[in-house]
Amino acid sequence: MSRIGAAFQKNGIPAFIGFTVAGDPDPETSVRIGKALIDAGTDILELGMPFSDPVADGPTIQKADERSLTAGTTPDTVFAIVRELRAYSSVPIVLLMYFNSVYRRGIARFYREAHDAGVDGVLIADMPVEESEEAVAAAEEYGIDPIFLVARTTSDDRLDAIVRQARGYVYLVSVLGVTGAREVLPPEAFELLQRVRSHTALPLALGFGISTPAQVKACADAGADGVIVGSAIVEIIARNRHDSGAMELELRRFVSGMKAAGNAPCR
Amino acid sequence: MGRKGRFGIYGGQYVSETLMSALIRLEEEYRRLSGDPQFARELFTYQTGYAGRPTPLTFCTNMSRELGCRVYLKREDLVHGGSHKLNNTLGQALLAKRMGKKRLIAETGAGQHGVATAIAGAVLGLPVEVYMGEVDTQRQALNVFRMELMGAKVIPVKSGTRTLKDAINEALRDWVANVQDTHYLIGSVVGPHPFPSMVRDFQSVIGKEAREQCRKAEGRVPDAIVACVGGGSNAIGIFHPFLADHVELIGVEAAGKGIGTGEHSATLCAGEAGVLHGALSYLLQDEHGQISSTHSIAAGLDYPGVGPEHSMLKDTHRVTYTAVNDGDVLEAFSYLSRTEGIIPALESAHAVAYVMNHADRFDKNEIVVINLSGRGDKDVAGVAAMQGGAS
Repeated sequence: MSRIGAAFQKNGIPAFIGFTVAGDPDPETSVRIGKALIDAGTDILELGMPFSDPVADGPTIQKADERSLTAGTTPDTVFAIVRELRAYSSVPIVLLMYFNSVYRRGIARFYREAHDAGVDGVLIADMPVEESEEAVAAAEEYGIDPIFLVARTTSDDRLDAIVRQARGYVYLVSVLGVTGAREVLPPEAFELLQRVRSHTALPLALGFGISTPAQVKACADAGADGVIVGSAIVEIIARNRHDSGAMELELRRFVSGMKAAGNAPCR
Repeated sequence: MGRKGRFGIYGGQYVSETLMSALIRLEEEYRRLSGDPQFARELFTYQTGYAGRPTPLTFCTNMSRELGCRVYLKREDLVHGGSHKLNNTLGQALLAKRMGKKRLIAETGAGQHGVATAIAGAVLGLPVEVYMGEVDTQRQALNVFRMELMGAKVIPVKSGTRTLKDAINEALRDWVANVQDTHYLIGSVVGPHPFPSMVRDFQSVIGKEAREQCRKAEGRVPDAIVACVGGGSNAIGIFHPFLADHVELIGVEAAGKGIGTGEHSATLCAGEAGVLHGALSYLLQDEHGQISSTHSIAAGLDYPGVGPEHSMLKDTHRVTYTAVNDGDVLEAFSYLSRTEGIIPALESAHAVAYVMNHADRFDKNEIVVINLSGRGDKDVAGVAAMQGGAS
C-alpha cells in the first residue's frame, strides 16, 4: 500500500491533512514548520508550490505565496524542502500547485524530480480532468498519486471521469469559493460527501474553510476520511512569522486540538 | 475526454473544478444561441439601433498623402461608449440574460471594457460589478466615474501588481464563489474555452463590415490590416474574416520602454508558452513560470498574456506580430489628432504608430486599414499631464 493509502487506515478517525506554503515565510523556517506539523500528528502534509497568481486561493494563502516568493523560493527550493522532510519522517507529502509551474518545468521532468525528492501525490488546482492526460500519465510513470478536486458543482458524469483518474484521495471542495477560513461549513458539504461516496471507494477528504475543532468533529461525524486544514495554519505562521519558537508552539497546540476533535467519540 | 477549445496547441480550460460546470453550460448555451436567428436579430437590433453600427471605414486624405499609401481607419472609436468593447458586452450580456443569470462581473484595465459592461448591464437591466486594479482606477479615474454613473460598482483591486492581471484574478475568485447566479463577462479573447471563441465571434462584426466597406470603396480587400494587441480582441475581430484572404495582417504589441528594458507588454514578441487565467498561450514569465509584471503607457495593453488564437496565428505565421514603444505611441496620438482630427485611444495609437514607422513598406496604391479600436478622450488628461511634466 502507498504511504497515502496507509495514512487513511485509522478505523473511522479522519486523517488530519495539514497545508502550508513551501518556503513561507522562508525556506529554512518552512522546514521547521513542516517538522512541527508532523510532530503534532499531521497524517498527510500538503505543501503549496508558491505561484504569482493563485486564483483558487483567498488572500491568506496568496500572501503566503508572496512571502515565499520574496524569500526566493523556486521549484528547486520546494524539492529541497521535501527532501529534508522526507529524511525526517515517512509522513506522505502532497504538492498543491498551479499548472504553469508544472508546464514550465516540463511535465515529465517535474514528476520525475518530485518522485526523486520523495513526493507522494500532486494536486494541480487549475487542471480539471479534461486537461489532465499528460500529467496523469507522468504521475503514473513515477509512482505519484494524481489528486483531484471535486466541487458541489461537479456533475455526476464528470465525477465518474474524475474518480477514474484519481489516486490517493479525492479532495472535496466544501464551499463555493476560494480557500480561506469560514465560520461554518454549509450542509451542502456533507451532501457532497454522500454523493461522492456512492461513486468511489477512494478516501474522501473535505477541505476549504475548515479551521475549528467543531468543524473537524462535524466532518468526522459525517464520515469524512480526512479533513484538510490550510488557511488556519497559514494564519498562525503569518501571525508569528518573526518568532519561530512561538509559531511552532502554536502550530503544535492547534494541530493537537484539531486531532483530538477528530478522535472524539461519534455523537 | 477530448481536448476542447484548442487553437493548435493553445487554449483549453485550465480552471478550478468549481467553474467547470459553468463553462460547460456556457459553451452549450452559446452553441445553441449562435445558431438561433431570434438571438441574432436581437443582437443586431442592439448593434444598429443602440451601439451605432455599422461604424464607418474612413479614408484618411491627409495621412494618405503624407505617408504615401491609402490609409483607412475602421472607426470603432465611434461605437457607443467609445471603443469596440461594446460589441462583445452586448453579446455576452444578452447571452447571460437568456441563461437566467442575475448579475454580471467584469475586469477592466483601461476602463473601456468596464464601461462597456456597465452600458450593457444598464440597458439590459443586469447589475454590474467591475474589478479594476487600484493603479488603473487612478490613471483612468474618468472611466471609474462613467461606470459608477451608469450604476456599476467598481471594486479597486489591491493585490499583486494592482493592474489588469490582478483584476482578472479577483473576478475569477468572485465567479468561483457566485457561479450559480453570476456571469463573468470576460472582455478579451482570453480565458478558458469558450471565451476566446465566443468573444472573437462577437468582435468579428468589425472585420465583416470592413471587408464589405473596403470592397465597396476600392473594389477589393485591403493589402494590409493593422491592429493593436493586448489580449487581442479588436485585432482578432478585424483579422478573422480576412484569414483566408491574401491580406497581410499585422498585430502591434506594447513595447513600453523598449523590449530590452523588460518594461513592456509584448507577450507574443517576447514571451513563451504557459498557462494563465484558464488558457495555454504565450505568456510573459520568468524561468520558473512566475508571471512577470508588465508596463505599457496604454492601460488596456498592460497584460502579461494574450489570446490563444493569436498564439497559434503567430506560430503559423499567418499574422505578423511586432511592437512599438511608448514614445512612438505618444507621437502617433498627436499625429492622428492633428492630421485627421481624430484622437485615438493610446491602445489604438500603437497601430497608428506602426503604420507611421513603416509607411515606406507600402506603395501609393496599397490599401492599409488601421483598426481604430477606441477613442482617446479617456487619455487626454493623462497625456496632458505627461506633456506638462516634460516641458
